Amino acid sequence: MTENPLPEPAEGIRNGHGRFDRLSDRSPSRGEPLIPRGEPLIRARGLRREYLAARKVPFARRARTVALDDVDLDVAAGRALGIIGESGSGKSTLIRLLLGLDRPTAGTVHVDGRPVDATASARALHWLRRETGLVFQDPYASLDPRQSVGRIVSEPLRALGIDGDHRARVAEVLAQVGLDPEAGSRYPHEFSGGQRQRVALARAIAHRPRILIGDEPLSALDVTVRAQILGLLRGLSRDGMTLVLVSHDIGVVQNLCDDVAVMTDGRIVEHGPTARVLHRPEQDYTRRLLAAIPVIPGR
Amino acid sequence: MSLEVTDLVVEIDDRRVVDGISFAVPDGARLGLIGESGSGKSLTALALMGLLPDGATASGSVRWNGREILNLPDRELADIRGDEIGMVFQEPRTALNPIRTIGRQIAETIRIHERIDRRAARARAIAEAARVALPDPERIVDRYPHQLSGGQRQRAAIAIALAARPRLLIADEPTTALDVTIQADVLRLLLSLVESDGMSLVFITHDLAVLAQVATHAVVLADGRVAESGPLETLLTAPASPITQGLLRDATATLWRGEDER
Repeated sequence: MTENPLPEPAEGIRNGHGRFDRLSDRSPSRGEPLIPRGEPLIRARGLRREYLAARKVPFARRARTVALDDVDLDVAAGRALGIIGESGSGKSTLIRLLLGLDRPTAGTVHVDGRPVDATASARALHWLRRETGLVFQDPYASLDPRQSVGRIVSEPLRALGIDGDHRARVAEVLAQVGLDPEAGSRYPHEFSGGQRQRVALARAIAHRPRILIGDEPLSALDVTVRAQILGLLRGLSRDGMTLVLVSHDIGVVQNLCDDVAVMTDGRIVEHGPTARVLHRPEQDYTRRLLAAIPVIPGR
Repeated sequence: MSLEVTDLVVEIDDRRVVDGISFAVPDGARLGLIGESGSGKSLTALALMGLLPDGATASGSVRWNGREILNLPDRELADIRGDEIGMVFQEPRTALNPIRTIGRQIAETIRIHERIDRRAARARAIAEAARVALPDPERIVDRYPHQLSGGQRQRAAIAIALAARPRLLIADEPTTALDVTIQADVLRLLLSLVESDGMSLVFITHDLAVLAQVATHAVVLADGRVAESGPLETLLTAPASPITQGLLRDATATLWRGEDER
């Protein structure tokens, strides 16, 4: 895999919101990273994850399947990275490892220079939880139907022992995702799918993480709603949030991400600035993947 | 062989979920029904086939070759389904019988309408499996659905739907559950079979870009009504309804745009 960032084209990278995006151009308004300049916020080295397959016959030796095969990945602070690939390519396994939700068979993950140890206690991983927010594909499955939206959104504040006025923070973050602060007293079933994904997003960012990780956060949504949530994610990115977005939807990645990593068979086969990878792919797999995407003629 | 739908209404618990939809599919036409979730597109397709869930009632008119088929007794409809009208659904797992081999399920469609013996039916099943480009057809006909990949299952479902050479294929989100490269293969297969058999097609989708690959005409649905209909090209280049304009704008905001710009 290539070391990140790849050399940028002379004109710079124009990303989805029309700004020229170089790390050094970022204003330090939201606090400089604690890590030395140039060090990535997320660094993975030699990540490998094997699973034992189910036995086909009793007592047979269990076959090993390799879900992730020697993956290196750097994500610089403030960048938006899209990880694309088809089912079984290893993209979800990769983000589980980045989040310390699963233990690699081999390899290491560092976030903000600190090693991520998935075997550590929940308390010992508080620092990582504070740094990261997570949004899933299905807002129906990820919100507890018996809790009010206010309680759902403030959950990370309580769980991570964050001081301050939780109620005020909930109102603030609900407004940020375009929901009425009153929404806090209502329950998930009272909301449409798109509103629920806004609630999920509010919860993911309530504790002001620097990294937002999304696992297909837009896939279950209708196009209209998808465009709205995409706008919210773009706003967060513009405000300096580091995004890691797993998607099979290349349109979303093209719209949102500065960089893209293409995965197949547990490996990252191509990684670079979005415009370069999507418009001048160097790998056969990337070319095949892009050629398969339906387009509306003339658009 | 044409399909004519006039003022189709589907009600569930006194709620009109399909509220007076009309469209026609002339012989050989490829029509797309497009809309967001809750627009009524899938219920419309189910109503055409007499497959509405319990508690849903349909009224209006669905004419197949001039014959009224809406609310026909199930036995008479069953003759038309499979023989003259084939169906493919989003999730082949639910459309396939998990405890019968692929070959037997293909043969069943054939044997409903043709009296042939087991041996001949098996040979035909193998030929049909080959026609949808299932790998190693002679062995795959002896397999069960769970032994196939998602893309292979959808190919098998297509083989079953087309085994009796229907004149119309109704496909409800047939590629939505598939990965993009497999989606492209399955769409290509569907189109080539529709063309070689001279079938008409009703293709239900939420995805404008997919629709653009398969349909010649489209009906845009919203809240159980037709927002706009016409040749696909017109809808994509000069959409008249705000619903179509919105779908197009939102879709292009999040769709892969290929080689343009930058």
